Amino acid sequence: MAKSDTPLLDQLGGGKWPSFIDDMKQAAKKKPMAKDLLGQLELSYKEKIGHWKHGGIVGVKGYGGGVIGRYSDCPEKFPNVQAFHTLRVNHPTGWFYKTEALRNLCDVWDKHGSGLTNLHGSTGDIILLGTTTDHLQECFDDLSAKGFDLGGSGSALRTPSACVGPGRCEWACIDSLDTCYNITMSYQDEIHRPMFPYKFKIKVAACPNDCVASIARSDLAIIGTWKGDIPIDQKEVAAYAAAGLDIQKEVCNLCPTRCMVYNGRELKIYDEDCTRCMHCINLMPKALRPGPEKGATLLIGGKAPIVEGALLSWVIVPFMKLEPPYTELKDLIMKIIDWWSETARSRERIGELIKRVGMRTFLRAVGLPALPQMVKSPRTNPYVFFWPEDIKQKEVK
Amino acid sequence: MPTDIGPPDFKTMLPPMIQRNYGKWRYHEILEPGLMVHVGETGEALYTVRAGSPRLLSTDHIREICDIAEKYCNGYLRFTSRNNIEFLIEDKAKVAPLLAELKAKKYPVGGIGHAISNIVHTQGWVHCHTPATDASGPVKALMEEIYEYFVTMKLPNHVRIALACCLNMCGAVHCSDIAILGIHRTVPKPDNTRIPNLCEIPTTVASCPTGAIRGDSKTKTVSVNNDKCMYCGNCYTVCPAMPIADADNDGISIWVGGKVSNARSKPMFSKLAIPYLPNNPPLWPETVAAVKNIIEVYASNARKHERVGEWIERVGWERFFNLTGIPFTDKHIDDFDMATETFRSSTQFKWR
Repeated sequence: MAKSDTPLLDQLGGGKWPSFIDDMKQAAKKKPMAKDLLGQLELSYKEKIGHWKHGGIVGVKGYGGGVIGRYSDCPEKFPNVQAFHTLRVNHPTGWFYKTEALRNLCDVWDKHGSGLTNLHGSTGDIILLGTTTDHLQECFDDLSAKGFDLGGSGSALRTPSACVGPGRCEWACIDSLDTCYNITMSYQDEIHRPMFPYKFKIKVAACPNDCVASIARSDLAIIGTWKGDIPIDQKEVAAYAAAGLDIQKEVCNLCPTRCMVYNGRELKIYDEDCTRCMHCINLMPKALRPGPEKGATLLIGGKAPIVEGALLSWVIVPFMKLEPPYTELKDLIMKIIDWWSETARSRERIGELIKRVGMRTFLRAVGLPALPQMVKSPRTNPYVFFWPEDIKQKEVK
Repeated sequence: MPTDIGPPDFKTMLPPMIQRNYGKWRYHEILEPGLMVHVGETGEALYTVRAGSPRLLSTDHIREICDIAEKYCNGYLRFTSRNNIEFLIEDKAKVAPLLAELKAKKYPVGGIGHAISNIVHTQGWVHCHTPATDASGPVKALMEEIYEYFVTMKLPNHVRIALACCLNMCGAVHCSDIAILGIHRTVPKPDNTRIPNLCEIPTTVASCPTGAIRGDSKTKTVSVNNDKCMYCGNCYTVCPAMPIADADNDGISIWVGGKVSNARSKPMFSKLAIPYLPNNPPLWPETVAAVKNIIEVYASNARKHERVGEWIERVGWERFFNLTGIPFTDKHIDDFDMATETFRSSTQFKWR
C-alpha cells in the first residue's frame, strides 16, 4: 500500500462522529485545490502553526465585502492554494432549504471553487471555502443567477440571522424570520458596502431562550417577549404531573422569582412577579405559553472580547411591537447607526462607544427615555453628570 | 445582472406544512434522542430528525444530504444555529425508515434536549490567518470521545460547547457552558523593516487593549512593552508585520459556565477554568480529557435542569476546582479593567 501523504490527518478520519477529513478527502478526489488544502493542513498539524498569509483585498464588482482574501504562505509547496478566497453567501433566513437550492449552490461551487463549504459560518452565512481571484466574479454572477447574494464582511452590517421562530416553534413572540428578512432586504447597501466605523451585527430571537445567542453575539439583539398573564391549561398541567413531572421541584422551585404555586391539583402564577424567563414554559409547552400581548425587547452592545473586553447586550427598549413594515424598529436602527457612525473612533464597536461616552449620551442622541428596566440597579457612585437645562441659571441683568 | 438581490426569500424554502401552520404551532414533544414532533393548532404534526454534521462539508456530502431529504422530506430541510442538520418530515410513516437510513449511513442522530449539541467552531488552520490552534481537529477529536452525550439525553441540562481558535472569537465562545479558546503566550515581534509600508501606526497603537504598543510617527515604527502585553493578537489583526504565532507556546484555554438563554438564571459569561493546555495535534488528548472530565463531574454533581454555570454558582467555584481537580492559579484572578468585580468582598466562602 502506498504511504499516505497525510498520516496525522488520517487519524481524524472515520470514527463515530462525522469527520471533516473525510469530506476534505472526498473533495480532493475531484479538486487539486482541496488536495493541496489537505497537504497544507497536514503541514500545520506537523508544525503546529497556521500557513495562511495575512489578508489581501479581493472582491466582486460594485461590492466592498462578502469575499475574504486568503493566500498560502508556502505556495511553492501547495501551488493550488496559492490563492484560496472565501465567499460569504447570505443564507435563507432560518437556514431553511429546498434541496434544489442546495444543489444549485453545489453546482456553482464545483464549477468555480474547491468543492468545500461550511454550513454554516459564524455569522450564519453559507461559506464557500476557497477559490482563485479570476473565478470570483464569475462565481458571483452564477450565484446571482441562482438567486443567491453575498453576505457582509469588514466594517459593514453583517448578515443578520434569526432563530427558527414561527416557522417551527410555539414559543415565538415575534416573527423572527420575517423581521430578519425584512432588515436584510432593507439594508443591502449597508451589508455590501462597508461604511461603518466597524462591524455591526443584528440577530433576532423570537423568545427569551435566545437560540441564536443574540444577547452575546450581536450589537443589536431583538428578543421576543410578552406582556400579560401566562395562560394556563390546568388539564395539561395535571397531565404533566401524571406523566411524572415533579411540578413543585422542577418547575416552581426553579422559577427565578418564585412566582408559582402548585397545590398538587392546580398551578397558580403571580404574573406581576414573572420576569418571563421561559423555564416553566420550556418544561410544560402543552400547559403554558407566552402571554397575549407580544413584542420584542431590544438590547445593544453585545460583542466578543476584542478590544475592550466582552460585553453582553444591554436593554434599551423594554418593549416594542414588531409588525411589518417595522417602521419604528428601522427608524431606531438608522438613528443608532447614524449616531455611532458620527461619534465612534475607527474600529470602535457600539458597546465600547456607549461605555466610553455614557449610556445617557446614547439615549439622548437616539431619543429613548431612561427606564428602570434598563439597569440591574441605579449607580452606586456619586459621580453624576447634569445637563445644562437641569441647572438653574443665574439671571444676567 | 442585478446586484443587491439579497438572499432567497425564506418563505420559498418552507415545507407546505410549515406554511400552513406558520405562527400557529401549539406544542412540541421530544420523542427520543434526536427526534421531536411539533403539533399545530390544526392538529397537523411535523417531525424533526436532528443529525450531527462536521460543518466543513464537501459538495458531494451536501448532495448526499439532499438525496436523503428528497427521499423522506419532499426535499425540505434546515440547519440549526449550531450547524446540525434537521430533516423536516410531514409523513409520520417516513420517520422510522429515515432513522434507519441515517443509522446505516453513520449520521449521528441526537443533540436535542438534555444532551450535547454540535460544537460551534471557527476555521482554525483550515482557513484562518490568525489562529492559535486548529478548530475542526480538536472538535472532531472531542466529539469522538463525548459522542454518547450527543445521542442520549442523560445530562442534567443541555451543554453548549464552542471553540474559537483565537481571541477574535469569530465563534463568540464567551457565553458557552464550555468554551475552548486558542491562545498565544508570547509577545508579537514587530518587523520594523515592513511596518512603515504595511501598517497604520495610530491604528496599530489603538488596537492594543492594555496600551502596550508605542508608535514612533517619525520613523513609522512601533515597539512593544513586553510586560504589558497579554498576547491577544489584535495588533497582528491590524498590522501583518507583527507576527505572534509561536508553535512552541500557542495552545488552548478552557472556560466554563456561560449561557445565553434567559431560562432561570440570567445570561452569563464563561469563566476561566484552565489557563493553558498544549497544542497536541492530531488528537489533542489533553484538551479532550479536560473537557470530558468537566462534563462528567457536572453530570454526576449537578441537579436536574441546572446548566454548568448554574451548578457552579450554587456549589461555589471553590468546590468546582475541588471536584474537578483543576488547579487554581494566579492566572484565574482577573487583572483587566473590571477585575475587582470578581474579587470576594465577604467572609462567606466554602472550605470544600
